[in-house]
Amino acid sequence: MSAAGIGGGRKAETLERAFAGRSLWADARARLFRNKAAVTGMVVLAIIALLAVFAPLVSRYAYDAIDYNVVTCAPDWWPVEAACKAGGSHWFGTDAVGRDLFVRILYGARVSLAVGFVATLVSLLIGVLYGATAGYLGGRVDAVMMRAVDILYSLPFIFFVIILMVMFDRNFFLLFVAIGAVVWLTMARIVRGQTLSAKHKEYIEAARAAGISPFGIITRHIIPNVVGPVVVYVTLTVPDVILIESFLSFLGLGIQEPLTSWGVLISDGANTMESAPWMLIFPALFMAVTLFCFNFIGDGLRDALDPKDY
Amino acid sequence: MIGYALKRFLGAVPTLFIIVTVAFFMMRAAPGGPFDAARKLPPEIERNVKIAYNLDKPLIVQYGIYLGRLAHGDLGPSFKNKDFTVAQLIGIGLPVSMRLGLWAMALAVGFGVSLGIWAALRQNHWQDYSVMTLAMFGITIPTFVTAPILTLIFGVYGVNIFGQEFTLPVGGWNGGAWRNMILPVIVLALPQIAVIARLTRGSMIEVLRSNYIRTARAKGLSPQAVVLRHALRAALLPLVSYLGPAVAGILTGSLIVEQIFGVPGIGRYFIQAALNRDYTLVLGVVICYAALIVVLNFVADMLYGLLDPRVRMS
Repeated sequence: MSAAGIGGGRKAETLERAFAGRSLWADARARLFRNKAAVTGMVVLAIIALLAVFAPLVSRYAYDAIDYNVVTCAPDWWPVEAACKAGGSHWFGTDAVGRDLFVRILYGARVSLAVGFVATLVSLLIGVLYGATAGYLGGRVDAVMMRAVDILYSLPFIFFVIILMVMFDRNFFLLFVAIGAVVWLTMARIVRGQTLSAKHKEYIEAARAAGISPFGIITRHIIPNVVGPVVVYVTLTVPDVILIESFLSFLGLGIQEPLTSWGVLISDGANTMESAPWMLIFPALFMAVTLFCFNFIGDGLRDALDPKDY
Repeated sequence: MIGYALKRFLGAVPTLFIIVTVAFFMMRAAPGGPFDAARKLPPEIERNVKIAYNLDKPLIVQYGIYLGRLAHGDLGPSFKNKDFTVAQLIGIGLPVSMRLGLWAMALAVGFGVSLGIWAALRQNHWQDYSVMTLAMFGITIPTFVTAPILTLIFGVYGVNIFGQEFTLPVGGWNGGAWRNMILPVIVLALPQIAVIARLTRGSMIEVLRSNYIRTARAKGLSPQAVVLRHALRAALLPLVSYLGPAVAGILTGSLIVEQIFGVPGIGRYFIQAALNRDYTLVLGVVICYAALIVVLNFVADMLYGLLDPRVRMS
């Protein structure tokens, strides 16, 4: 932000170039890429996402191809004695009906990541609109709108999601909506708070005094300052959403067979962990690694976008 | 203080009312009903059953009847568990869930606070880093992963490593024997230990930098007295406001933990009841949970006001 400081006697042109040379975002990017944990997180996450997208090309097995010759078989390299070996190309072994676990984990990643991103987008949309409206209008409208959020906040939401999922027969679309509806509250609070505080900052006043149009103020000054915390929260919402989806799937209320998600795979694995621990360990590992990545990226972004913390 | 309490308390009533209303209409809006059994009932019997449970009346009338009964503390009969009222079922399940939850809470506060203080006192040393890494694990890895993996280690492979004597049971309640409690309680407490450790560390570091701590040190108090008597009080304030979310987290976790370990608590009732469309039981459990959360939020608010006069004033 120091780069955007008041230019004093400098001409507007030089000020403009200073902006282009070292913006808030360039600063943030540099700081983010210096953070090893965040970079590792991004790389690993990118690999998992690519594997998920190209799952049909990566493995020669279909996610729903049942093979009764290799039911619940350990991978060849499994160190502990197992009832049967799955053969060379089943890298992570097979499940209770002989489906390849590796490809199922990748398909699970597809569902988990898709739900994560779409539901986060839903929450972003609702949250930003709601929060910005409340923050911008202020006064009584703000009070009423935020009181409603407070009340919703104190509801045990997971129970409503469960009721919703059970009652409407595990509708896939509803899963997105339900989860998105749960997580928008925090987003709305953050956006509202940011808008409110940004509205009254001195640099906004200064920009107004310098004759910059309202549109310029919003795009150049308010949005960059509101976006930071929102971006951070988005990265932290995605793993939350993945967790909620897996939670529901684990209870048997989410994704249905033959499609799968990490929650379903972990639930299956937990049921057979005594005879086939690989069915539990690999999906759990993938999920844990993904969640770690998102958390590292989120923390890295927070540090990068909020220089005040330094 | 009393005015503040009253205001807070009155704020809780509409919340509970909204919860009941939303849950009631949401369930009724869904297709299917509690008596859509695999075997179709003869129409006369079905009609009589519906009359007996007031299901023949318009929805709004049913809602009125339900609210009226609720005002008298009557949660109604269970639709699926014949001969049981919802209150009886909750009476059976709640003590089990409470026992689990309270132990988990005690463990979470005990371990979380001590780990947090330890990390704060050794800030930027290996102790701090290892506690924070552990906390990261605790926050990131969900209950339904830790539960089976800990069971796998201590319950299944435990036989080879620790011997039969120290292998923990993989499930079941066994009337609340402590051996059966260990794993569920630990699994339930882990995420909360992590969050509480982080919170305590953060606020402790902040408090240790403040002027009155410097004064306490300057007047020659022992480090222990400074930390335990002066710093800890202020450092635990944020923890009080975390009480509500912590309880909500433990309740959510208990849904999973009770399912995995076969604990006969109300979390298991809830899932079963939702699947069976046992309207009254679902509503009863939701009300029970919501009341718990609302009451604990209220208690946390009050405690906070009691401990920090600045809150009351504003």
